[in-house]
Amino acid sequence: MPTVSIAAHGLKKWFGEGEARTLATRDVSFEVYLGEILYIVGPSGSGKTTLLSMISGILRPNEGSVTVGGTDLWTLSDDQLADFRLHKIGFVFQDYHLFPRLTTAENVAIPLILRHGAWASSVSESLKYLKAVGLENRANLPPVKLSGGEQQRVAIARAMIGRPDILILDEPTASLDGETGRNIVAFIKKELLTEQRSIVIVTHDARIYEFANRIITMEDGRITNVEQGAARA
Amino acid sequence: MRGIFILAFKLLVNDRAKFQALVGGITFATFLIVQMTSLFVGILTRASSTVLNTGAKVWVMDPAVNSVSNSIGMPDYVIDFVRSTVGVKFAVPLYSAGALVKLRNGTFQPVSVLGLDDATLFGRPALEQGQIGDIYAENGFFVVHDAEFNKMGNPTIGTEFELNDHRAVIVGIAAVASSGLYGIPTLYTTYNRAVQYIPSTRFTTAYILVEPKSAADIPHIKAQVHSLGYVALTADEFVSKIGRWYTFQTGGGMNMLMMAAISFIVGLSISGQTFYTFILENEEKFGALKAIGAKGRELVYMILFQATFTALTGLGLGIGLCTIMIFLGRLRLPDYAAMITLGNLTIALVMVSIIAAVSSYVGVRRVLRIEPFDIFRG
Repeated sequence: MPTVSIAAHGLKKWFGEGEARTLATRDVSFEVYLGEILYIVGPSGSGKTTLLSMISGILRPNEGSVTVGGTDLWTLSDDQLADFRLHKIGFVFQDYHLFPRLTTAENVAIPLILRHGAWASSVSESLKYLKAVGLENRANLPPVKLSGGEQQRVAIARAMIGRPDILILDEPTASLDGETGRNIVAFIKKELLTEQRSIVIVTHDARIYEFANRIITMEDGRITNVEQGAARA
Repeated sequence: MRGIFILAFKLLVNDRAKFQALVGGITFATFLIVQMTSLFVGILTRASSTVLNTGAKVWVMDPAVNSVSNSIGMPDYVIDFVRSTVGVKFAVPLYSAGALVKLRNGTFQPVSVLGLDDATLFGRPALEQGQIGDIYAENGFFVVHDAEFNKMGNPTIGTEFELNDHRAVIVGIAAVASSGLYGIPTLYTTYNRAVQYIPSTRFTTAYILVEPKSAADIPHIKAQVHSLGYVALTADEFVSKIGRWYTFQTGGGMNMLMMAAISFIVGLSISGQTFYTFILENEEKFGALKAIGAKGRELVYMILFQATFTALTGLGLGIGLCTIMIFLGRLRLPDYAAMITLGNLTIALVMVSIIAAVSSYVGVRRVLRIEPFDIFRG
């Protein structure tokens, strides 16, 4: 029996009020297990990003609960939620959101700096993670000097440096060509997935389904299908 | 927290165009604020130069007097009355008037003449050259070595000139703390010689300089003088009265203060707008920091640090620029009145702090409203 990492129960989220109310997710329940890569797929507007935000402590649901490591996430205060994200979760945003005025190494060091780590030691630590993603020779360049695939790897290094229990990746291959996208996800699976870590990926990209352990399909704010991915088979 | 401040610093200064615009705006505002207020202070100081240079503790004058230069003569009984007032250690008359002198080269030069009490020479200046007793010499005058000195033809001891068809001789060169406001040289002589040489109105005592026995006696002296229909002011009160008159009763003071206010508004506009644009452009990045785990108050600290650093840098550069400008100005223009004091530096600091506070308030409001969810939503 796999160990549950994230348990989402009855998640309901709507935006707006009255006639303008839009239901983004409707009674969504699912679990994420340690040691698996879970994909959330579906058409645009199906509620994938909303769901990802609720399970990562960013967006408060209107109804339902999210339990991570025995803690009901949405009973925490804003500061506790910030601490939770900082220590437990690594984010890779769709647009990377790297800081163009910082060097690559400084970008990677940001989670450690937010944990009140010293600047020099945090940047020094980031070099190990840049090496892990094969970018040690790009440490002193600003992100704008890097290719899309390299920027994606910098974002992954930044997500990894805090050694989070959960990795959240939003459309990690959206702005990459097919070959680069596959390589990135293959790297994530090979290098980052451990028995003590869960990886949740929101994607439209069917070319990378082969790396998933399970795939959740969403439509109209509901989970319409849960299937075993090729990786499990 | 140090790492977070370094992060804020790098985000700020590495965006060179924005940082330069921000610092430039505050530097410009500081420069104008300090420049205007220092000019104002310089003018006020010069307007009160006779009061500051004379050093009398209490001045008795006609109530209608607004500045040293427009003195109104008082009858002789006033000085007798003041001398007989309880608490007065001594009281002496001071003559103050404008005159026209004819220099050796034949040109005429307006001057300000101060006539010191013959018996005591109370209020006399320090001398760079000559002896104080020489003022009693025949036709003896001291000339003040200030910015207007050269208008007397750079005189030396023994230089002669004419004053109302009287021969006059420079017998000493005096140093004073402050130059006068009106751009004319100042001469010192004895009271009686001044009255004798310069055509005067019926009453010749412009001011009575009073030395009280103690500071506690001053209120009584003031009350007694008031009962006679005149006013007695301490030196500070007289300087303040002159300052108020120049500030509110002439166009100069208000215009300069308005210029300082406009400089403040210009600085606020440039810096506020640029800082807001800086925050807007980095909004997604602040949102990403928030999503990663930065707390709201840490983002606020970052913005406050950025605003404070920018403000202090601009303040320092603005003050430095203004100091250089005044230094260069004085090299070329001896009459240049600007004078930087702790007071106008404080005004600049307060105004720049307001600019920083308003700018950062706008930024903080914006950043606190950022939802990390928007970062996911794209």
